[in-house]
Amino acid sequence: MKVEIVNKERPVLSEKAKAEIQTVIGYYPEGKSKSAILRVLHIVEEEAGGWLSPDTMDMVAEILNITAIEVYEVATFYTMFNLHPVGKYVFEVCHTGPCMLVGSDNIIKYIEDKLNIKVGGTTSDGMFTLKTAECLGACGYGPMLQCGKFYHEHLTPEKVDELIEACRRDEVKIY
Amino acid sequence: MGRKLLLEHIDVPGIETFEVYRQKGGYRSVEKALKSMSPDEVVEEVKKSGLRGRGGAGFPTGMKWSFLAKPEGVPRYLLCNADESEPGTFKDRYLMQYLPHLLIEGMIVSSFALGTNLSYIYIRGEYLFVLEILEKAIAEAYANGFLGKNILGTGYDLDLRVSPGGGAYICGEETALIESLEGKRGNPRIKPPFPAVKGLWGCPTVVNNVESLATVVPIINMGADEYVKIGTEQSRGTKLISACGNLERPGVYEIDLGLSVEEFIYGDDWCRGIKNGKQLKALVPGGSSVPILPTHLITKTANGDTRFMSYESLSDGGFASGSMLGSGGFIAFDEDQCIVRNTWNFTRFYAHESCGQCSPCREGTAWMEKVLWRIENGEGTMEDIALLEDINKKIEGNTICPLGDAAAWPVASAIRHFREEFEWHIKHPQEAMSRNYGLLKGATV
Repeated sequence: MKVEIVNKERPVLSEKAKAEIQTVIGYYPEGKSKSAILRVLHIVEEEAGGWLSPDTMDMVAEILNITAIEVYEVATFYTMFNLHPVGKYVFEVCHTGPCMLVGSDNIIKYIEDKLNIKVGGTTSDGMFTLKTAECLGACGYGPMLQCGKFYHEHLTPEKVDELIEACRRDEVKIY
Repeated sequence: MGRKLLLEHIDVPGIETFEVYRQKGGYRSVEKALKSMSPDEVVEEVKKSGLRGRGGAGFPTGMKWSFLAKPEGVPRYLLCNADESEPGTFKDRYLMQYLPHLLIEGMIVSSFALGTNLSYIYIRGEYLFVLEILEKAIAEAYANGFLGKNILGTGYDLDLRVSPGGGAYICGEETALIESLEGKRGNPRIKPPFPAVKGLWGCPTVVNNVESLATVVPIINMGADEYVKIGTEQSRGTKLISACGNLERPGVYEIDLGLSVEEFIYGDDWCRGIKNGKQLKALVPGGSSVPILPTHLITKTANGDTRFMSYESLSDGGFASGSMLGSGGFIAFDEDQCIVRNTWNFTRFYAHESCGQCSPCREGTAWMEKVLWRIENGEGTMEDIALLEDINKKIEGNTICPLGDAAAWPVASAIRHFREEFEWHIKHPQEAMSRNYGLLKGATV
């Protein structure tokens, strides 16, 4: 299947992203390209600044040759997808049982105070968004947070300070 | 330190590369199976090994394989369930991140046994960084002739691909996983038909956990006759345990099934006891869904027998006084932990992760969360405990998939073993609030 993108209010996909989308569609049998939807949404979200607008989702529908509603229902079901604009760095702090036992509540509170935002909020400079997440599979290494693709484990207030400073210096890898 | 069948080479530098993995004897099981065994012989070997599913349910892997329908001219699929999301469980990530080739090797042998020519690893979306590691390893396996057309000149073709999720615990349920892999919401399907007959794209499908598939490698290498010498009669072999909570040394351990719980918690080779010299108050031995055990039922059963890390010993006493080995998500609670708060926390998890398809689970989990939150915050009444038990009974067994049961069991067991703590919260609202980690009502936790 050939990927053709008509540009409305849509992200302009890089050549690398277009090629990757072609590749991952090829991972499924002929006629089953809908199966690539989650992978494509991850790729496109990264290209679109970390969130999926309705226009972006419509673009994914065209790429996969499915209806727009099929994309909306998937994007709204899976909690990883942001349906509203977010900051450049999204901190998703795990707050499920095993992390709570080792102090995730305190880390969340510390980040809230430090960045002067509540969970769900974004700093006014658009740099940071704070969210909570359910179990991220790092229970032995908590408290922890995910930023972009990567995990930051064994968090302490000092480590959070370092991470935030490193983000401000543009030294933290997201993708 | 115990024997290591899966993690033997985990500390070898470069073991994530094909070259080093191969030098350490990797892919021998593929050579052995494809060149000297028939697919049915591989299935028989896995049956004989007594391997039980390592994802949580503990269903015999070989038996699951033998249910796979094989109609002529219809493709069949093997799916690896790498949607590890059960709170307390992080062993599959560890295995995939550091030993990606072990999973790939296990999948080649298993795919051969089942006669599939296209297999998928369905990995949770949060593990996208692990997906990249796996895809790099898969590319190496293709380049070295272990994947693709005519593997090792045997005429067997296999494509292996990784497919990510998007953040949904429910997709660890096998039919929800299949729905998700078809590009849909992760709503579990009504069974029957079972995936073995009608699974991915309507074709016969087997879904196995990461660790189960990796364990096929040592089973084929050493032979089932040797493998069954490890462990106990009902729990053969080794198992990865992901230990967390208030332990001195949390982490992923490979144990011989049948190790005593006491040795695992306090032994120098293992978790080395409770952090900061505190006492152990409670234990969830198999991931958040399994019943919580109070102090006196952790290292001993209700009959006073030693409790072992095995399917049968951890469940000794049923739900009245036992629990389950589950996924091996081993969560220890020290004396300062609040059981009410933890029960609320786990219930919030299930309320968040309910797919919303069945009313008892969708409504019941959210309702239980609210009731638990008010008890935790000093606003509960004695009737609330009975109310929780009532909601619980109405969820359990009344849903399409086991998420309902998984949400019900932690609440039922917490009330069963820690009723006094729930009552204490209700009778002492002020103290309950002050014990609440300094967080006030309305805090965004």
